[in-house]
Amino acid sequence: MENRPLEYDYTVAKMFMFTTIILGIVGMLVGVILAFQLAFPEVNTILGQGLAEYTNFSRLRPLHTDAVIFGFTLSGIFATWYYVGQRVLKVSMAESGFLMFIGKLHFWLYLVGVAAVVVSLLLGITTSKEYAEFEWPIDIAIVVVWVLFGISIFGLIGIRREKSLYISIWYYIATFLGIAMLYLFNNMEIPTMLAASPAGESGIGAWYHSVSMYAGTNDALVQWWYGHNAVAFGFTVPIVAMIYYFLPKESGQAIYSYKLSLLSFWGLMFVYLWAGGHHLIYSTVPDWMQTMGSIFSVILILPSWGSAINMLLTMKGEWQQVAASPLIKFMVLGSTFYMFSTLEGPIQAIKSVNAIAHFTDWIVGHVHDGVLGWVGFMIMAALYHMAPRVFKREIYSKSLMATQFWIQTLGVVLYFTSMWIAGITQGMMWRAHDEFGNLAYSFIDTVTVLHPYYTIRGVGGLLYLVGFLMFAYNIYKTMTVGRKVEESELQNASPMGA
Amino acid sequence: MFHWLEKHPFFFAVGVFVAIAFAGLIEIVPNFAQASRPVIGTAPYSTLELAGRHVYIKNSCNACHSQLIRPFKSETDRYGHYSLSGEYAYDRPFLWGSKRTGPDLMRVGNYRTTDWHENHMKNPPSVVPGSIMPAYTWMFKNTADINTAYAEQLTVAQFFAVPYNKEVPMKDGSTKIVKMGESVADANALALEEAKVIAADMKDQDVKDAVANGQIPEIVALIAYMNSLK
Repeated sequence: MENRPLEYDYTVAKMFMFTTIILGIVGMLVGVILAFQLAFPEVNTILGQGLAEYTNFSRLRPLHTDAVIFGFTLSGIFATWYYVGQRVLKVSMAESGFLMFIGKLHFWLYLVGVAAVVVSLLLGITTSKEYAEFEWPIDIAIVVVWVLFGISIFGLIGIRREKSLYISIWYYIATFLGIAMLYLFNNMEIPTMLAASPAGESGIGAWYHSVSMYAGTNDALVQWWYGHNAVAFGFTVPIVAMIYYFLPKESGQAIYSYKLSLLSFWGLMFVYLWAGGHHLIYSTVPDWMQTMGSIFSVILILPSWGSAINMLLTMKGEWQQVAASPLIKFMVLGSTFYMFSTLEGPIQAIKSVNAIAHFTDWIVGHVHDGVLGWVGFMIMAALYHMAPRVFKREIYSKSLMATQFWIQTLGVVLYFTSMWIAGITQGMMWRAHDEFGNLAYSFIDTVTVLHPYYTIRGVGGLLYLVGFLMFAYNIYKTMTVGRKVEESELQNASPMGA
Repeated sequence: MFHWLEKHPFFFAVGVFVAIAFAGLIEIVPNFAQASRPVIGTAPYSTLELAGRHVYIKNSCNACHSQLIRPFKSETDRYGHYSLSGEYAYDRPFLWGSKRTGPDLMRVGNYRTTDWHENHMKNPPSVVPGSIMPAYTWMFKNTADINTAYAEQLTVAQFFAVPYNKEVPMKDGSTKIVKMGESVADANALALEEAKVIAADMKDQDVKDAVANGQIPEIVALIAYMNSLK
């Protein structure tokens, strides 16, 4: 009994793999449309004047951010959890009917939530808070989905055979706790239908409308404590969970340093939450909080680089694998983008730099080198690694994967370089004075000058989307026509067809 | 200690939670009472202005426009006095934005008129050549949701003691009373009174006709809100 290899059950992982791909396409496609709307405003009426209300930039923008965060990334997190969790805890989902039921319920409720989000955002039903746009009925559904995710995590941990929790599990636990805390506190709101008028009427107006528990500066403070750390616990912590599992697995190398992973984990947990204040520099929140935000952002380089260096050194002596395998390439370049992005962020959090960078496209560039270069690359690498194990088939095409890698890398580079230039140009023009001390430019001058950069950014985004479609095609072909493989071929490096 | 924690998931989770909750407690809690106090001259939104604020939010205007003037000469030259915390006391949610694809709107009511907004929302490049802002023509057709705005007024008056129907001190020493209706019908009548003033300055005949018939198009509410931003 003890010696028989475990047969893991990937039913739920598979479901979330599909939503990762589909919602990834949706989120990125909307992103490309938005990019071209800024370069060519006619694209706002792409489906005609009649539908312009639903296709214009401002209505689509929250759909893009939420589809990428709560669609693509969250699905990727769930898909990898339902794969990695079983394997590192040495227990199969099939062993517990209860956990299997919870897992499936988790998926279907999540899907209902996604549908509700898409419809409500297109209709303009939003609270306006970034990445927390959903009105209270959807918030409640999200909390339920999240609790199911928690039950799944702690349930699987409860019946584990491997007593010691592997590093990835630390990060999944932190993801669950972090998002739970942030989401609950940021979305405290009162449904307006509860109010009664002096004349005794109640249930007035739209039933789904609510008003925030916090006002003005306090609302901003809570929102950016949330907004910044939704990035922490959505785009950093769970992605680190993935790379700690998938890079050693794919490369056959042991993690370089356990102590470094300890330092990075606990350092990240403690430091990250303080840094939210850097979104509010020169705003009306107290100065000391702004300074704390700056300082902790700089300190954040330590745990972030700790993880990234730990990953890169895991490849020590095995660098030929980077040249040989496009899958390893995705993870190694992902780690590199992580280092790059976690250096860029602290630079932007320094007050004098922030004075120029804030409100400009440089911030947009920063988000995208992180999400496209780090989050996107890592999730695609994870799915590529999972596909042969889940479908028991070889990855359809290695050369297609390599081509995809280079197309997307070019896309990311075009994206962030154009946005750097655009952001710094705009920041400098806003503050430029002539020799009499008057403003040198009217606002519109600082918009029209950005046209070439907006165009380049659109092309960069389009290249990334094309690469993602190649990824989707490769996975689809793997599922359907990939060569069947034996368990013995699935030890480390994933089997790939030509 | 860490090896032990890694074998005891419950205590591990507690440890993680303490580490992440710490910063929020220290940074957010102490400031709460202080920052929610209004400055003199800040009044609550009228029903129509609040309905306009909802139109602003519905169309994510905050995706491209900030409402936060930073304390730099270049910003005060362009937009007016830098923002004060108490000026946001009645903003639920806050609408500072995080990106200025278009200019800041914190004090747009000081330097733009109803007429300007009407032309601009219909066809932005007609007033700002080179503008990349899309036209918002549907706002001239859709009807503003006054009832929801009224429900929000009732909610904030009840739960957060927002001073409707009470004297609010203004900068010149006078006081102002922002009225809130006694009933849904009353609230709609108050909003319509305000809407008539806005519509009188507009050219669009459909909008004028709608207001004359007791309907309030979204654009009228939005302009009322924009004009209130000072």
